[in-house]
Amino acid sequence: MVTKALLAVFKKDIALAYRQIAELMQPLMFFVLVITLFPLAVGPSPETLQRIGGGVIWVAAILSLLLGMERLFRDDFADGTLEQYILSPIPLYLIVVVKVLTHWLMHIVPLFLISPLLALFLNLSVDMYVALMLTLLLGTPLISFVGAIGVALTVGLHRGGVLLALLLIPIFIPLLIFATSAIESASMLLPYQPQLAIIGAMLLFSVALSPMAIAYSLKVSQS
Amino acid sequence: MTILVAQNIACEKSDRRLFSDVNIHLSASQLIHLTGENGAGKTSLLRILVGLSAPARIESAPARFESAPARVESAPARFESAHARPESASAKPDDASTNEFTQGRVEINGTDVHSNTDQASEKLLYFGHKQGVSQLLTPVENLMSWCKLHNIVVSEADIITILGELGLTGLEDLPLKNLSAGQQRRVSLAKLWLKTHANLWVLDEPFTALDVNLIASLENKIREFLQSGGAVLMTSHQALNIDHPITNMHLEYQW
Amino acid sequence: MWKWINSFAKPEKAHWLATVLIPWFAVVAIVSLIVGITWGLGFAPPDYQQGDSFRIIYIHVPSAILAMGAYVAMAVGALVGIVWQWRTAFMFMIAIAPVGAVMTFISLFTGSFWGKPMWGTWWIWDARLTSQLILLFLYLGVIALYSAFDDKQQAGKASGVMAMVGVINIPIIHYSVEWWNTLHQGATITKIGKPSIAPDMLWPLLICIVGFAAFIGWVTLIRMKNEIVIRDMHRPWVAKMFGVVTPQKLRRSDKILGGTAQTSEQREAK
Repeated sequence: MVTKALLAVFKKDIALAYRQIAELMQPLMFFVLVITLFPLAVGPSPETLQRIGGGVIWVAAILSLLLGMERLFRDDFADGTLEQYILSPIPLYLIVVVKVLTHWLMHIVPLFLISPLLALFLNLSVDMYVALMLTLLLGTPLISFVGAIGVALTVGLHRGGVLLALLLIPIFIPLLIFATSAIESASMLLPYQPQLAIIGAMLLFSVALSPMAIAYSLKVSQS
Repeated sequence: MTILVAQNIACEKSDRRLFSDVNIHLSASQLIHLTGENGAGKTSLLRILVGLSAPARIESAPARFESAPARVESAPARFESAHARPESASAKPDDASTNEFTQGRVEINGTDVHSNTDQASEKLLYFGHKQGVSQLLTPVENLMSWCKLHNIVVSEADIITILGELGLTGLEDLPLKNLSAGQQRRVSLAKLWLKTHANLWVLDEPFTALDVNLIASLENKIREFLQSGGAVLMTSHQALNIDHPITNMHLEYQW
Repeated sequence: MWKWINSFAKPEKAHWLATVLIPWFAVVAIVSLIVGITWGLGFAPPDYQQGDSFRIIYIHVPSAILAMGAYVAMAVGALVGIVWQWRTAFMFMIAIAPVGAVMTFISLFTGSFWGKPMWGTWWIWDARLTSQLILLFLYLGVIALYSAFDDKQQAGKASGVMAMVGVINIPIIHYSVEWWNTLHQGATITKIGKPSIAPDMLWPLLICIVGFAAFIGWVTLIRMKNEIVIRDMHRPWVAKMFGVVTPQKLRRSDKILGGTAQTSEQREAK
């Protein structure tokens, strides 16, 4: 019964995302545009681009995910679905996990699809590209889970957008450091498993703790 | 049979106390009509009762800092309340001074609402200001996903029948944003028809934006529910026209 | 014991405690800051490498240490507030937040001034400087979130969650930045190897740390008293404290007509 209910939440969020496909595309376009700016700003020399490429993609990914994250609980909060979630027999933190994962899926798949193009733009080597994909795969759920705490805290505020970035960007600095360093190691053909392992550890830690924090924050926001 | 018990409920909003010491006892087949001016805290009270917000944790009055002088201070008669209030409730038990804080409790069907919201809301139906339906989904989709979440087994055909009863025939497959406010309201009200295993309805202004016919059929539905042993706690700005004993409860505006 | 501690969740009790403690903190702060700074700036021997410019250590180190300490204190306040629902704990949290932020700023500012003669540049992406900068952002985030809410009880809980997320992250941030730093440019920085400090220099430093701590406590308590009074402005005890005659109406706010269900049975007989 719990599985059925969670599946319903999943389906509903997919349907909602699909009906707002234009809004879903905005962060993706933002992502591509930010990355396009860098070659124009620092010069098109392939070596420079290769050196900064991993970092640029990661910074752009964090910013665009933050941009899209605002949607996560906004509509549910505004139309009262959140109240019905709280007053359902299903624990709120499970619903929250499903919502965060759905949201992550809807945002990360287009990002992955478009990433070969960006690797081409920024002259990444194959090894760097693989490292980039692996770090994105492990790192973006971390962004979603930790970011959802911030979203849940600011969902009741009308001017939450910039505040959200202010709250969350400092938190993501360790992730950025390890992810870019993995890509850098890959560019020098060095092993980068340690970095991946650390990102994975942070991910597991956040998956374990953040659903409770998100559920609590949502309850605070709507009380 | 007791369905909802609330003891010593207090509420604070923006550091102001809206109310305190509210006690409610709601049994089966009972209808409480909660009245009060705008801003008296009716919605806040209902939200506390269903477990959406926690009751305020307030200092039990007779602590050693304010007790003695405050009691004396209450002498001036000109401030005495217009409404006669039984003195009994203000006489706090003497052991209150040892226990400095009290937080009210709400139980629905014997389960504490605030420590165990999921279980307590199993037979509860809350209908608030926000309707809990998504603008982008169709009425059927909205209600289907709501039913699954609330453990209600229902087929799509059943939902369409109920929507038809509510006068929404032919609108089942339109996204809600294309419907009028009253029609959206009806979609949300269909929940009352769907959650048949509920024994407590908490309705916050259910008649808003409804036309006369629907108000009548909603009142009829409420009466049927009461007669089948359900309990209803509701607010409404208009007088109720329900063929059932109504307990009125007035929430005084304080500030 | 627990009951005694719990009684400080009451605003008037916390206000009373702050009033009692403030003079003590003030005396300790003034005395040790005067002694520590005069000793440190005037009488401690100059460093054999850095000459007199090392003396900024008497401001820089205490502020850096206590910036971190104040954050932990803030997070403890948040934890107490969230777990035991103390309103006063949130008041403490928001009272200490700007003080800690200013401490962080002072440590960054003095660090930058120290860096100029030592490293030849105002700013360097040194591990400690960087994590201090991030700490400042974390402080600003908590303060910004708090001020974004109208309902301050909600604000306290929300920024309390943020403070706790931050405090879990501080060690992660600290070590990741250190690791990043050694990886990228460890060799290029001429770090001041922390020499085992001479006792003549150490004593004034310790006294300065005590002075800074007491100063933070002093300012925080004053801020907390203000916060309590502002938040409880409408409560009778505040009015009584300032000798204002409260309309009895306010007093009666405790007693709403909680018309219990036994009241008017309407249309019973119909």
